Amino acid sequence: MIDKNDKSKNADALIAELHEFRDEVITKYPKKVAKKRAKSIVLSDGDNPPQIQANVRTIPGIITQRGCTYAGCKGVVLGPTRDIINITHGPIGCGFYSWLTRRNQTKPVDDNDSNFIPYCFSTDMQDSNIVFGGEEKLKQAIREAYELFHPKAIAVFSTCPVGLIGDDVHRVARHMTEEIGNGINIFGFSCEGYRGVSQSAGHHIANNGLFKNLIGRDDEVRGQLKYRVNLLGEYNIGGDAFELERVFEKCGINLLASFSGNSTVQKFENAHTADLNMVMCHRSINYVAEMMETAFGIPWIKVQPIGAHSTAKMLRKIAQYFGEQELIDKVEEVIAEEMIEVQKVLEQARKRTVGKLAMLFVGGSRAHHYQDLFEELGMTTIAAGYEFGHRDDYEGRSVIPTIQIDADSRNIEEITVTQDEIRYRPRKTEEELKALEAEGMEFNEYHGIMKQMEKGTLVIDDLSHYEMDQLIAKYKPDVFCAGIKEKFCVQKMGIPLKQLHNYDVGGPYAGFQGAINFYKDIEMMVGAAIWKEIKAPWESEDYVEATFAY
Amino acid sequence: MLLRHTTAKEIDRKALTVNPAKTCQPVGAMYAALGLHGCLPHSHGSQGCCSYHRSALTRHFKEPVMAATSSFSEGSSVFGGSSNLVSAIETIFTVYNPDVVAVHTTCLSETIGDDLTQIVSKAHEDGLVPEGKKVIFCNTPSYVGTHVTGYSNQVAAFVKFFSTATPKKKNVINLAAGWMEPSDMREIKRLAQEMEARIILFPDMSGVLDAPLTGKFEMYPKGGVTQAQLIATGDSKFTIGLGAYSTEDACVKLENKCKVKFEVVEIPVGLKATDRFITSLSRHANVPVPDSITEERGRLVDLIADNSKYFYGKRVALYGDPDTLIPLTEFLLTLDMKPVYIVTGTSGKHFDESMQALLSEKVPEAKYKSGPNADMFQLHQWIKQEPVDLLIGNTYGKYIARDENIPFVRLGFPIVDRAGHNYFPNVGYVGATNLAIKILEKVLDHFDSNCKEEKVEWQM
Repeated sequence: MIDKNDKSKNADALIAELHEFRDEVITKYPKKVAKKRAKSIVLSDGDNPPQIQANVRTIPGIITQRGCTYAGCKGVVLGPTRDIINITHGPIGCGFYSWLTRRNQTKPVDDNDSNFIPYCFSTDMQDSNIVFGGEEKLKQAIREAYELFHPKAIAVFSTCPVGLIGDDVHRVARHMTEEIGNGINIFGFSCEGYRGVSQSAGHHIANNGLFKNLIGRDDEVRGQLKYRVNLLGEYNIGGDAFELERVFEKCGINLLASFSGNSTVQKFENAHTADLNMVMCHRSINYVAEMMETAFGIPWIKVQPIGAHSTAKMLRKIAQYFGEQELIDKVEEVIAEEMIEVQKVLEQARKRTVGKLAMLFVGGSRAHHYQDLFEELGMTTIAAGYEFGHRDDYEGRSVIPTIQIDADSRNIEEITVTQDEIRYRPRKTEEELKALEAEGMEFNEYHGIMKQMEKGTLVIDDLSHYEMDQLIAKYKPDVFCAGIKEKFCVQKMGIPLKQLHNYDVGGPYAGFQGAINFYKDIEMMVGAAIWKEIKAPWESEDYVEATFAY
Repeated sequence: MLLRHTTAKEIDRKALTVNPAKTCQPVGAMYAALGLHGCLPHSHGSQGCCSYHRSALTRHFKEPVMAATSSFSEGSSVFGGSSNLVSAIETIFTVYNPDVVAVHTTCLSETIGDDLTQIVSKAHEDGLVPEGKKVIFCNTPSYVGTHVTGYSNQVAAFVKFFSTATPKKKNVINLAAGWMEPSDMREIKRLAQEMEARIILFPDMSGVLDAPLTGKFEMYPKGGVTQAQLIATGDSKFTIGLGAYSTEDACVKLENKCKVKFEVVEIPVGLKATDRFITSLSRHANVPVPDSITEERGRLVDLIADNSKYFYGKRVALYGDPDTLIPLTEFLLTLDMKPVYIVTGTSGKHFDESMQALLSEKVPEAKYKSGPNADMFQLHQWIKQEPVDLLIGNTYGKYIARDENIPFVRLGFPIVDRAGHNYFPNVGYVGATNLAIKILEKVLDHFDSNCKEEKVEWQM
């Protein structure tokens, strides 16, 4: 055991110890629980990732980071779109807790543009609605929302009791679309909290809804004809989408829609006129990418524009895909220009960050993407895992055919998508795709978190509070990344926690400017003066008692 | 404009709540349960409920908020959540070793009709509750009442599961604490100590949700009322409930169970509510009010008298929970301010009657509304119709304040965009002084940054 307080601790020595963690930590659990948790704790092994248990039910009572299906559907995927009125059908709490809490920024184009994000809409079901049904109240709520706000679209989100009492939000949506008329688009989501095992089920349900109700409804080709792309799985937390929009614009790339940061109904409806889909958060949005490829012939690639070099890599991939020298040159020019400030700030930050240790337990992609930023800072990620990832997010998409579909996944509707007879148009010929692949371009591929992680580092799915406590006590990282529920537990232990859901009200962290912000924030956190002041002077052992001489 | 779709024109809404002035029961139960030392709250429902409640409380307090969940799946929703709760109890005691697990229900477990009495006794039968440990529970269906109701139900559950009468009565006064900040609870304990009154304050979140940073995470921080104290509430000679909505039920149950008489007063926000609280405690504990407290009161009166021109006649809109809004409205009247719009999502006759009594003569133009149809959207519409000089409430008022350029004092739950509310009290004379100073600062800052240059004043 090396001394964790030893200032000369090094990552390699620690990594050599990590294999002890699983066997030690599970001894605390009841037998059945230990057996189950053991399968979700593995060591990364370079290009041969071991099988990890993921996307399975959380153990009751274990204190999980996870949330529910409603949170994934309403909160994550549909929440960031500014001109849809999102009505939560249920008791007041679900709507209240998803009201402004995710920091999805949006920028209306002018004073007449709609923005409902600062509002919370709910049917606020009372006991009589539970007993006698809530469909009539929902209809009336939709009428009132329309009368007050005249939105283009209204979405209805089901909470737990709705499914149990048998309210049919889809039927109500159809009924109200007809009743109101005027081209309004009303649609419902069966995203009751108990469906699925985490937020992830909600993402899938939201993806299906986007495809069925929004995507492909507006064929008008707007803006420049060249370099038309969509960015999927980008939610504009802290302004990430704004930064990426800036970078794309500078390169002359036409970003039609991001799903769903800073988005509008029209952007979704028009997204199928793009020529390339880029998937950022694979977990929450890969279904849309797949469906759009099948229906419209738009290929998709995985990108991770978190980290300056990763952003540069994304831009080069886009240029490579379109294959025009003009774009290739422009992208290089922009990268060179942006990198000047990036390097300057990075050098400054690295004075404090090199050799430090990080742990990341968050989300379904962030625990992976942010490792790029830590790498740039010269920090080692010694343990990481997702809150709601699936095996493919850990081991790569190649394992998808081997993933067993359990009862919880079967609950989620799989929609069958076929080629759209009118709109299907292959963006590249088979030969062109083959040629691009030969050059190293990968389509429909995501390699997962584990292959990037150093051999022997820890990977844990659905981390429990106890496991987090033990990780920190044993390995004392310099920064721990998670969410608000973990934030102050970890900081009480004297370790700074970086929130990667709301960025501690910082950001943006995407793109070049985002990388700069992140370097500065981590430099600040690992070097903050206060962490040295935890003990009062009289609490330290070498404090010498002395008496005043009068 | 942030709330660009809000206009002055009201329609008669029957079904749609927009920008609620309330949330749901379980979060209140979770908060109250944290006020029992060594207790782990447990949410019996989907894991999203627990996650949302922990997040909401954490954002407000900037403190660890520990709680567990039954993590319902679709199967448990169909077949009942019994096995989830039983296995949760086993895991919790094995891994986290609390003294008490306080289970509350959710809309999901209530709708399917899970019977907690039966499930918990099964856990006992299966030997999953270790010797000396307790599992208590209360029903908190989200579709009835609000977060305040949930808080009240948890406090009442403390009485149900702990309060015990023995033949030996003690010269102790129970103070059932309504929904307030840990700092407020600390202040109430200080006042009682100053008066040399022996009290049991329950629940007590001080020392739990304002814990020091020591380098060690304490799953069960030092604070909180102890089980022994809760048991002893049955032998106290009197109970004072602070806030009818959050404590009256507990007071009634304690009287029924242990014959401890009670009186319910307002949470001591402001001069007069504190007067009543101090008078009540002095009378029932049979202790005189020390000069030190009279001096605290005098300092508050001094501050108000010296600055009354800044308070006088200012129109105020406020929203939040009735137990705070009632004494706050009264305090604003003490300041000669005009509380013109008051909204709470929590319903009940007591609020309406109190507002009627407080406002009908002094501010006849005042509008107030409570219950499921009262929301912040309507409050904003009223402000659009005729503006106010000050807005008081939780963080969700921020957007109204910015759009309408109104000074904004943060008070209530949740406050997620500022820190310190769990450190500085709003109750007692000291708390009222804090509050009056906060109002003064905001009103004057607003004047300073909005008036013409030649009108900027260098002095008061």
